[in-house]
Amino acid sequence: MIRKWNLGLVYLVILVFSLFCFLPFLLVLSSSFTSEESIIAHGYNLIPHVFDTSAYHLLFLDGERILNGYKISIIVTVGGTVASLAVTSLLAYPLALKRLKLRKALNLYTLITILINGGIVPWYIVCVRYLHLQDNLFALIVPYLCQAWNVFLLRSFFQTIPDEISESAKMDGAGEYRIFCTIIAPLAKPALATVGLFIALMYWNDWWLGLTLLNRTELQPLQLLLRTIQSNVQFISTSAQGAEIIRATGGRLPSEGIKMAVCILTIGPIVFVYPFVQRFFIKGLTIGAVKG
Amino acid sequence: MRMKSLLTELYRNKSLYSMTLPGLALIFLFSYLPLFGLLVAFKEFNFRDGIWGSPWIHPFYGNFRFLFSTGSSAMRATFNTLYLNTLFILFGILFQVGIALLFNELAGKYFKKVTQSLMFLPYFISWIVVGVIAYNLFSEDTGVINNTLKSLGASPFHWFTTAWVWPIILVLFSIWKATGYGMVLYLASLTGVDPSYYEAAKIDGATKWQQTRYISLPFLMPTIVTLTLLQVGRIMNADFGMFYAIVGENAAIYRTADVIDTFIFRSLRLNGDIGMASAAGFYQSIISFAIIMLCNKLARRLNEDSSLF
Repeated sequence: MIRKWNLGLVYLVILVFSLFCFLPFLLVLSSSFTSEESIIAHGYNLIPHVFDTSAYHLLFLDGERILNGYKISIIVTVGGTVASLAVTSLLAYPLALKRLKLRKALNLYTLITILINGGIVPWYIVCVRYLHLQDNLFALIVPYLCQAWNVFLLRSFFQTIPDEISESAKMDGAGEYRIFCTIIAPLAKPALATVGLFIALMYWNDWWLGLTLLNRTELQPLQLLLRTIQSNVQFISTSAQGAEIIRATGGRLPSEGIKMAVCILTIGPIVFVYPFVQRFFIKGLTIGAVKG
Repeated sequence: MRMKSLLTELYRNKSLYSMTLPGLALIFLFSYLPLFGLLVAFKEFNFRDGIWGSPWIHPFYGNFRFLFSTGSSAMRATFNTLYLNTLFILFGILFQVGIALLFNELAGKYFKKVTQSLMFLPYFISWIVVGVIAYNLFSEDTGVINNTLKSLGASPFHWFTTAWVWPIILVLFSIWKATGYGMVLYLASLTGVDPSYYEAAKIDGATKWQQTRYISLPFLMPTIVTLTLLQVGRIMNADFGMFYAIVGENAAIYRTADVIDTFIFRSLRLNGDIGMASAAGFYQSIISFAIIMLCNKLARRLNEDSSLF
């Protein structure tokens, strides 16, 4: 009897905690469907007093900036993921091969950077002064192309493929690049998908590169745009359609609802693909945890 | 390895080594060059002359002078970084291990699937979005919490100008964001436990608590130690995204919520004080390095397998 009661308690704790994790999302969603007047009068609420889509309407009156943000984010995410996956796997594969004598030294060279780094000031100077990564799309992609942690994850996967496979292919006269492209990469497809998703999530969610390396607002990815909107009430009034929006709202700038609407547009794609990709992430994390 | 055998090795596996070149070069540019760039802390840096060309500063500790003066915001930021990171680590372990242990007791397949998905979701969200959520919750006039307070007849609370509440709020957000992610790691170690241990314990009359205490926890210990040491190694590095998105430029709560990384960022990008920023960064890197070495030593002593490198 007591045991059953205890188990019920365990279910309750898990249920409450998972609601604690989820409620903020609902809150933002419902706030984005609340009219500006209602937000001013009653504040944000879990259940909107009156269902209202004006925040989204207004957002699309000024849709150019949002669409541009989407465009930048998509370009950076797709381009970055493809390039990063190529660079990362090409580095990780040789590091997993026992027949490579310098493997240990190169592993150390790569992995030590997870723990030790120079901090943001020298990094910023190197990017801006020496690599000219400023105010261009490359600045949003190149600095993250080769992350030691991803190399480490992929290397762990590659290590599970027996060396004999590539060795026998080599015996038959295949070049290393051909072996990698036609034998190893297809075998490692699930691993590449997992790490690819990690990389894609990193690029989609990133705003640090934009924050430090961009001055031109037209290159702002979606995340940074959200930040701009959140901290800057002037967003609407400086836009080309500002006058029209002010007229449409009777003189009051709808800033509160719009923040939430942009927030929903930013996390929308993630929540949408989340059910399909979640298990890949779980797999990737547990492989990485074999030896942290 | 001697020079000649090194060259033969490079020649024999030249295509394999050529594969690694782009990656190695990128790591060199973005991780090793900045390490060398720490020199900037001892220079009067200007962009025209670059890292090498800029003149050395006289006296050599010139950039550090303001950093260590009493009551400086750098010292306050250092304290906050260590204090808040310690709280994040402690509460992180508590919730991640605790929830994983409870979750492991559950049976319903769909219940487990749904709750785990909900708990894991915050991991996928950027801190910018979390910043918007924080605003939605704590905003003075429109925030949900003040609304609730008002509807209960209480007077609204000035969240964004009251410094002492922020450590609590930040800890809550760190729990919110990291528990689902950490839980995955601990659950993986728990599924590795041979069920016959529990069966044997049950036959001997062990309670659920005793099984957890004497079987599950010891099995989780290596994972706990490794993950904690990794975090302790980065204890001087605050999560910039978290603080920049939630605290931002709200100076009213800097007393409890300004950290080294936001301090450096402000000096670098807003005040343009590269000397001060680089000095703070240098000092952060040196202490970090010492802590990592210490952690690794400690890990090796505790358990050969938990050492970081």
